[in-house]
Amino acid sequence: MSTRMFGAPVQRSEDARLVAGRGAFLDDLGAGACAAAFVRSPHARARIRDIDATDAVDVAGIIAVFTYEDLSGAMAEPLPLLIPHPCIVDGRTPYALAREHVHYVGEPVAMVVAADRYAAEDAAARIRVDYEVGEAVVGVDAAVSAERTVHAGMADNVAAHLVQEVGDARAAVAAAPNSLELELDIERSAATPLEGRGVYARWEPATSATGTDDGRLRVYSSTQTATGVRAAVAAKLELALGQVDVVVPDVGGGFGVKIVHPWPEEVMVPWAARRLGREVKWVEDRREHFVAAAHERAQRQRVRVGFDDSGRILGLDVDILHDNGAYLPYGVIVPIVTSTQLLGPYKPGAYRVEFRSLYTTTAVVTPYRGAGRPQGVFAMERTMDAVADHLGLDRLQVRAANVIRPEEMPYDQGLMFQDGRPLIYDSGDYPRMLEMIAELVDWPGFAEYRERARREGRRVGIGVACYVEGTGPGPYEGGHVQVETSGKVRVATGLTSQGQGHGTVLAQIVADELDVPIADVEVTTGDTRRMAYSVGTFASRGAVTSGSAVALAARRLKEKALRIAAEALEADAGDLEFADGRIQVKGSPAHGIELGTVAVLSNPLRYAFDAASAAATQFSGAADHESPPVAEGEAPGLEGTDYHSPLRCTFANGAHAAVVETDPDTAEIRILRYCVVHDCGNLINPRIVEGQVHGGVAQGVAGALYERMAYDSDGQLLNASLMDFLMPYASEVPTVEIAHMQTPSPLNPLGVKGAGEAGVIPGSAVLAAAVEDAEGFRVDRMPISPSELFELRNRHAAGEVASVPPRPSPATASDTSVPSAREPR
Amino acid sequence: MKPPPFAYHAPTDLDEAVGLLAEAGDEGKVLAGGQSLIPLLNMRLAAPRVLVDINAVAGLEDIRVDAAGVRVGARVRHAELEADTAAAEAVPLLGQGLRLVAHPVIRNRGTTVGSIAHADPSAEMPAVLALLEGAVEVRGRAGTRTVPAAEFVTGPMETALAPGEIAVAARFPRPRPGTGTAFVETARRNGDYALCGAAAAVTLGADGRITAARCCLISVAPVPLVVDLTDHLAGRTARLGDLDGAAAAAAEQADPEDDIHAGADYRRHLARVLTARALARAAAAAPAAVADTYTGASR
Ligand SMILES: Cc1cc2nc3c(=O)[nH]c(=O)nc-3n(C[C@H](O)[C@H](O)[C@H](O)COP(=O)(O)OP(=O)(O)OC[C@H]3O[C@@H](n4cnc5c(N)ncnc54)[C@H](O)[C@@H]3O)c2cc1C
Repeated sequence: MSTRMFGAPVQRSEDARLVAGRGAFLDDLGAGACAAAFVRSPHARARIRDIDATDAVDVAGIIAVFTYEDLSGAMAEPLPLLIPHPCIVDGRTPYALAREHVHYVGEPVAMVVAADRYAAEDAAARIRVDYEVGEAVVGVDAAVSAERTVHAGMADNVAAHLVQEVGDARAAVAAAPNSLELELDIERSAATPLEGRGVYARWEPATSATGTDDGRLRVYSSTQTATGVRAAVAAKLELALGQVDVVVPDVGGGFGVKIVHPWPEEVMVPWAARRLGREVKWVEDRREHFVAAAHERAQRQRVRVGFDDSGRILGLDVDILHDNGAYLPYGVIVPIVTSTQLLGPYKPGAYRVEFRSLYTTTAVVTPYRGAGRPQGVFAMERTMDAVADHLGLDRLQVRAANVIRPEEMPYDQGLMFQDGRPLIYDSGDYPRMLEMIAELVDWPGFAEYRERARREGRRVGIGVACYVEGTGPGPYEGGHVQVETSGKVRVATGLTSQGQGHGTVLAQIVADELDVPIADVEVTTGDTRRMAYSVGTFASRGAVTSGSAVALAARRLKEKALRIAAEALEADAGDLEFADGRIQVKGSPAHGIELGTVAVLSNPLRYAFDAASAAATQFSGAADHESPPVAEGEAPGLEGTDYHSPLRCTFANGAHAAVVETDPDTAEIRILRYCVVHDCGNLINPRIVEGQVHGGVAQGVAGALYERMAYDSDGQLLNASLMDFLMPYASEVPTVEIAHMQTPSPLNPLGVKGAGEAGVIPGSAVLAAAVEDAEGFRVDRMPISPSELFELRNRHAAGEVASVPPRPSPATASDTSVPSAREPR
Repeated sequence: MKPPPFAYHAPTDLDEAVGLLAEAGDEGKVLAGGQSLIPLLNMRLAAPRVLVDINAVAGLEDIRVDAAGVRVGARVRHAELEADTAAAEAVPLLGQGLRLVAHPVIRNRGTTVGSIAHADPSAEMPAVLALLEGAVEVRGRAGTRTVPAAEFVTGPMETALAPGEIAVAARFPRPRPGTGTAFVETARRNGDYALCGAAAAVTLGADGRITAARCCLISVAPVPLVVDLTDHLAGRTARLGDLDGAAAAAAEQADPEDDIHAGADYRRHLARVLTARALARAAAAAPAAVADTYTGASR
């Protein structure tokens, strides 16, 4: 038997190609294609009086200019509302090109196609759009006041409204011996993948293979869902699904923004390619990505909490105002996830959550890695800290008083989750998670470290925050595994990869199932020609759904291989085993057959192309003339296909702790330590999981200390560049110390849970807690910059910001290991 | 993010470059390292009709170190100057400023003279030139002239360069004997333009007391803000407490604005904190420095 791959820190097979510059991203394709550019609204809200393209046609290389007037049929209808949740009261979606009204800066108004992007932008700059400018609605205050409405025909700006309640939370708060009220705010940020969106399409004329006398469309898109784009483009262009192929090349990050489909540009490019009969490509530039892709996170959360003297939460009543931007293309997943995942590992006596999702004249809001959880965890964990401070208890102790115990699993929170299924935690050991984070960061030893730092004139603080993350939602994902006559194994799954390492992880799973060398396994993702049934990559679901599906598909293949091998070896299938790329009789390795040979036997041939195929032709070997070449009930080829459709989400969990230092003079915030305890069930590849955690923590730190979308009151985005949108550099991201837990999930054949988003989730909560602890006053709004910390200090000195009481020293002080402050870089 | 059309010239001779630029008049721009100009073109925030690339022009590539100081040609990259040990020895403030300019990749391409010609109020090298009272050599059709630092930068992104003129070199004088220098700043991320920065030059007498002190603040005024603090500090030691008054006096001159990264009050506060730190570090770096001066933790 070869070494087990599942659980091993296997090097990513993708990296040699990617780091050597041999990746093929969207813009590496279609070198000869025409280029598209979009004329975008410079106003947050306006009526389009006229579009005049007269001057644009003079630009050398111009091919076409399109506006809404050119669209018809399904293309002239609004784009779909992808997840039509019943709580949506008025779901507005945009048109592919603006029809009379624009509702945010960056909304596409006209499309230019030209010989190259230079000409396309020159022409776009010459198109004159006459706007009647309206008033912007920016931020939740303006939205909720409804003084101005974003959309015509609406009395207010409420897109969706949902209340979920378990028990009578308001009564429980009122009756509790202690209660607090907090307002906890998170600002806008965005996924900001290094590669923006991009679409390249080509229309192929009809052949008998197209099946109609119409042509056939090939679309390449930098997307998180090949099958989603395929279905959406087919619907919009009124083509049969079978006429559209979508292929996803290497994708330079998605983090949620590329799960939205179809983007206006994603239907306009294929539509133009078909209409013009030419290849058309659009590659989003950075400014377009900032103003016209999606944002997330902006949410105001009011928490009322009632608790007993041990810190046990008796009632929790949360009110959320969610800024969903100008339209609702993806529905209201984000506030639904906040509402449900806010509970984390805890079990309040009663819970009520209400959200209103509000239109504003800004870029749309769709899920970004974490998808509403960072906000929910911010609300819950800041509340835990406030409860501890109120009672003079240790912050970890209060958390321990509230967590669900392992013996209570599976635990039903009594709510409906984002996938429409009950919120039932499948497994997890939260008390142990709290112990592990305390050990990893040396929580008990911190008081002494703080004292030592204070003597050196330094200010340090520590914070902790926990989360539970529902991962791996359905409906399903599929796997296809095929053994070629060379013995190589080809694996396909329909979901796409944005750099996560699916190729490596799925190969590990199949290598184990078939007992073949991992180097012999090749994985394809995101190509509708290879796997037509799929959902997409989001919600930390790749390993759970596709991982399980390819394992099941490999098992199907094994059954078939055993039948063929048993016949060839004249042995009982039950006596055979898979070993090192062969099937052999147990205990007698000499008596066996290569998997490649089984593949040859599985597909009887008439024509010989090479030695392997010659072996499968009708004149080779002894023919059994009593049965047909392909046995009844069998199909040719050594392959297996299967699907995994999970009953409901599997729930991963973790705890983060951070130690920060704040400069007493400059108010700069430095992270000294960042510790993560992480449980995503069985680890398929710890190296990849750690990479996911590192990347997540980087985005968590980004959201807490650096990134925000600076809209002014006119709805202009003031920092639409990487110069002013402060994505942290490697130099701003702390070293991450990780401890793994592995509590298997009972809900899938591999016992795995998702790991993609976890790292980002507690970032704002844990860093707010640590800064608060260093400074001695409340931090209830994130992100926080040095300038804002300076202002808070002044307001605290003026008595406008509440102090936090000195934190008690935890009972078990350790005098040995103290956090090791690193030198400034 | 594609520039509008422009004519591109890459002359090898300085007179030819000056001729091409003069012909273009208001519509012409020099292209040096391109680290500031190309983004402006791509975002269509600038649309010059003619670009004169000076990267092949002979005679602009040298760093010359002599008794007067360091003369930096217009083609010298930040990284080259940073690596030049003779220059660093003659004028330590060059290296102290350069390591705060952007990131290594940008310093590999961006030029020091280009940075001075660009005159961003947050840029370090115009401040280095101003603090040291250096000068810029300017070549136009009419010949060469030398513009003192104090007259070179006239406003945010504005200089004394007339249309058709090329800055051919910057001259950084050696500091007086007994002088130490330092450059400290606070930036949001490593390598970003500073929220506020302070360069300082402090001269100590044989008794270790201050005989002269100047600072230059960036990001808090339209141009690099040079403040002579000699009157506040002459005769004093460089203990941090002794520097507070001078730092406050320097910060007083600052006239910062609010922007999306920092409030004006915070920037003014930083001006005071960073001036004190820069003065202390500069004094510590002076050849006759006393032992117990403060060395702040900021970079
Ligand atoms: C991400 C990023 C971060 C940065 N951070 C910093 C920072 O922290 N501090 C800092 O100081 N700089 C920073 N810069 C700017 C960098 O230092 C530039 O290199 C510098 O400002 C311009 O030099 P350049 O040679 O690239 O000039 P170019 O971009 O080629 O030109 C800039 C301008 O100066 C003019 N010009 C250039 N050379 C001459 C000349 N010889 N004669 C006349 N006119 C001339 C050009 O016409 C143009 O208007 C940053 C740049 C980037 C992209």
